[in-house]
Amino acid sequence: MGIEVVVEGLTKSFGKQNIWQDVSLTLPAGEVSVMLGPSGTGKTVFLKSIIGLLKPEQGRVLINGVDMVNSPEREIMETRKLFGLMFQDGALFGSMSLFDNIAFPLREHTRKKESEIRRIVMERIDIVGLLGAEEKLPGEISGGMRKRAGLARALVLDPQIILCDEPDSGLDPVRTAYLSQLLIDLNAQIDATMLIVTHNLDIAATVPDNMGMLFCRNLVTFGPREVLLTSDMPVVSQFLAGRREGPIGMSEEKDAATLAAEQLNGTGPGAGPRSVVPQLEPSPGMPVRQGALRRRERVMSMMGQLPQAARTAILNSYTPAPGGGRL
Amino acid sequence: MTAPLPVRPAGEPADRVPADATPRQKPPSRLLAPLRETGKLFALAAAVTRAIFRRPFQVREFIEQFWFVASVTILPAALVSIPFGAVIALQVGSLTEQLGAQSFTGGASVLAVIQQASPLIVALLISGAAGSAICADLGSRKIREELDAMEVMGVSPIQRLVVPRVLATMLVAVLLNGLVSVVGTLGGYFFNVIMQGGTPGAYLASFSALAQLPDLYIGEFKALVFGFIAGIVAAYRGLNPRGGPKGVGDAVNQSVVITFMLLFFVNMVLTAIYLQIVPAKGS
Repeated sequence: MGIEVVVEGLTKSFGKQNIWQDVSLTLPAGEVSVMLGPSGTGKTVFLKSIIGLLKPEQGRVLINGVDMVNSPEREIMETRKLFGLMFQDGALFGSMSLFDNIAFPLREHTRKKESEIRRIVMERIDIVGLLGAEEKLPGEISGGMRKRAGLARALVLDPQIILCDEPDSGLDPVRTAYLSQLLIDLNAQIDATMLIVTHNLDIAATVPDNMGMLFCRNLVTFGPREVLLTSDMPVVSQFLAGRREGPIGMSEEKDAATLAAEQLNGTGPGAGPRSVVPQLEPSPGMPVRQGALRRRERVMSMMGQLPQAARTAILNSYTPAPGGGRL
Repeated sequence: MTAPLPVRPAGEPADRVPADATPRQKPPSRLLAPLRETGKLFALAAAVTRAIFRRPFQVREFIEQFWFVASVTILPAALVSIPFGAVIALQVGSLTEQLGAQSFTGGASVLAVIQQASPLIVALLISGAAGSAICADLGSRKIREELDAMEVMGVSPIQRLVVPRVLATMLVAVLLNGLVSVVGTLGGYFFNVIMQGGTPGAYLASFSALAQLPDLYIGEFKALVFGFIAGIVAAYRGLNPRGGPKGVGDAVNQSVVITFMLLFFVNMVLTAIYLQIVPAKGS
């Protein structure tokens, strides 16, 4: 079962520029979470802060009692072995073949025999659909293949926490859909805690159990997916609908004057109930997602604090069997 | 669960520091920037020294790097050291002739080659050929996020990549120093005996009259230190390139320049100390 990630009061600045401040959230163990946000709101910075590559000035990231911000480097290094991080462009080692790239964590951290390494690596290569390309160098394959190879490398040590940085960028819609399904299937198989950073609306609508959104140096909200999908907060609804009208401007945010003018002209955020697309289920033959079962209990117990629209959506979604249990 | 929606009031700068944020430290002074860089360089040197003794040692990477550094430096070093030894022999030869001390030409030129010329030739080649390659390699890995990826997988880039490279430059420097000393001395002998008509016997005999073993030791020690410094500076500049491919180019350039300056300075210090603590032969 995955590990809970607790983020408390995280604040990060580069020089004078504040990226985000006082971000607090909990990634529940074994569930899939998505962090949304317009480009340039520090989503990748957030991901790198969780894994300890960047050190925020304030706050903590607790994983198994280790604070990824302030703990000694040795403990952080040890904790990182629990992680699998998929970089935006794969971040493969340019001088190694795909096979060696994917085998790298195994060779560094385990004393497995070469035959066993080969078996594990080929299995992962098969999962991401790269069979036949294992002897190629990263420079010889397409961006989408690099991404999938990056995912295979992230998976090879059976991580408890998987972080994905924009899994969809550079992929066509069909491959993105396959990748979404792959992530859900993975979650069903290894029950890892997952955090996906993206601004792809399809992934946001269909993959996660929980969603959060970063905007304007703040965590706007984080909670069960239905809360965001039904939210009538202008930022969230603008983003999820992909409209121009709303608080998000070309350069991150509009100022109040433009916003007011927009409302006067009657082009303000068009309110209207959005339908909640059902979440992806694991493919047939996959085990039931334990995370989804736990989430059901968790969400039911917090029902009282949720807005009305979210409550209805949750109840609707739970009328069929949860967690992909095909009865 | 939901925070109030932040909307920026009109007319305020985008990067305004929020009023409720806790006061941050003062922005660091520009005057101290060189000190900060120096401090980081020393911190890296300390980290590398510590990581040298940490298991597992990257044998494969070390051998690959050793081979690479050796292959790019051996031939140029040998080729440079022949004329270098010759120049010293010719210069010293004509000087001793004026002084009427021709019989000491051999000793004087071998001292100059072994103590000064050879470690400096090694320094130039190690920093120019090997250091620049190491710096470019690490720098491009850094900007392609390969080093981040490595760190994320719980593998320390310092231990995995930097330590084998620094050890390789140190070992190659020591061995190369031996090679350059021999080739330089042979070059000096050839030019003195053949070109200037010196006597072979006097040339060789004066070796033991002026030179002593500690002269060789200090030469090798210098080479070891130069190899370490070249490796560390190259790694430091490679690990901290500024912004993109151009930053890597600049980093390589700076690494070579910084290494040269450091090496000549350290050479001066080491020579001064050596001349103080080791008495010249026969005194």
